[in-house]
Amino acid sequence: MLNYLWAGMIFIGILTAAFTGNMELVTNGALDSAKEAVNTVIVMVGVLSMWTGLMKIGEKSRLIEALSERLMPFLGFLFPDVPKKHKAMKHIAANVIANMLGLGWAATPAGLMAMKELQTLNPHKEKASRAMCMFMVFNMSSLQLVSVNIIAYRSQYGSANPSEVIGPGLFATLVSTAAGIAVIKLIEMRDRKCSF
Amino acid sequence: MQLLIVISNLMLPLVFVIIIAHGLSKGINVYDAFIEGAVEGMKCAVDIMPTLIGLMMAVGILRSSGALDILSDIISPITERLHYPSELVPLTFMRLVSSSASTGLLLDLFRQYGPDSYIGRLVSVMMSCTETVFYTMSIYFMSVKITKTRYTLAGALIANFAGVLASVLICKLIWG
Repeated sequence: MLNYLWAGMIFIGILTAAFTGNMELVTNGALDSAKEAVNTVIVMVGVLSMWTGLMKIGEKSRLIEALSERLMPFLGFLFPDVPKKHKAMKHIAANVIANMLGLGWAATPAGLMAMKELQTLNPHKEKASRAMCMFMVFNMSSLQLVSVNIIAYRSQYGSANPSEVIGPGLFATLVSTAAGIAVIKLIEMRDRKCSF
Repeated sequence: MQLLIVISNLMLPLVFVIIIAHGLSKGINVYDAFIEGAVEGMKCAVDIMPTLIGLMMAVGILRSSGALDILSDIISPITERLHYPSELVPLTFMRLVSSSASTGLLLDLFRQYGPDSYIGRLVSVMMSCTETVFYTMSIYFMSVKITKTRYTLAGALIANFAGVLASVLICKLIWG
């Protein structure tokens, strides 16, 4: 998908420039952006390493594991079809915690494992089960508590207070997650009778 | 609303204290663990560098050509009624498709308006409450060969839309 998206962006840009006469600006735009990408990554290295360093401590002291234990009662409410002791729950918990802490690379493997385990409980193998729909929407409603990347980018571009968006971001994330859960629960209630 | 700003300022220091204190109480060598983790973060940042160069270049071309301005102009009558800056429209859609491409657009907005402008703040909040729905869905469902996704897409889009609305609302209240 990114393949066509990327090529499309470049072609549309150059085509538009041909009509608007911005061709010279386009050349500069391409070169400047490439340079800027490198500068951005340099700031990212600092902030991201700080975060992963901190998370490593949390991983070693089993703080992250303890947090996923705490999550269990809530997950029971979200996934009534999945037995609490089932492996799927463990992977879901790991995925959710990793997402909340902004550990994308840890979240995806756990999420894929969760899907695999949920599939073993799914009676119709080509059709998403109720638990899968809930997991996916919950996951995609954005769970991240602190957007470390955004803070890094803000400081790179000279923000006076890069972290001032954490609180508002937290609020917006809560709203989107609550909306996602509510929608799925409503749909589930509506077709409880005809589903499996 | 000032409470949210206070939370913002306390959040990171609090995370530091909790994690380090918990680590010490469990007898972890916190400094060594930090360094070990930092190496991973460094690799991660360097790994995204080629992607970022490629995408920021494409976004740079798209923006300097004026194509994004034309798009914003077309949609602005609708978005203005919703109190939504039309400059954010391309990013709002791109966000659903690709995380790195939307990062390119985000940085472009930061450069143009500054991170402390209303647009800069709104876009920061919005980026932190939305997800790459299409990308995530295709990866997760494809991995277990599920073709009928039922109401997943609708649910995820509603959740993201609610997040965008909440971002506009909270930013208007605090900085508007």
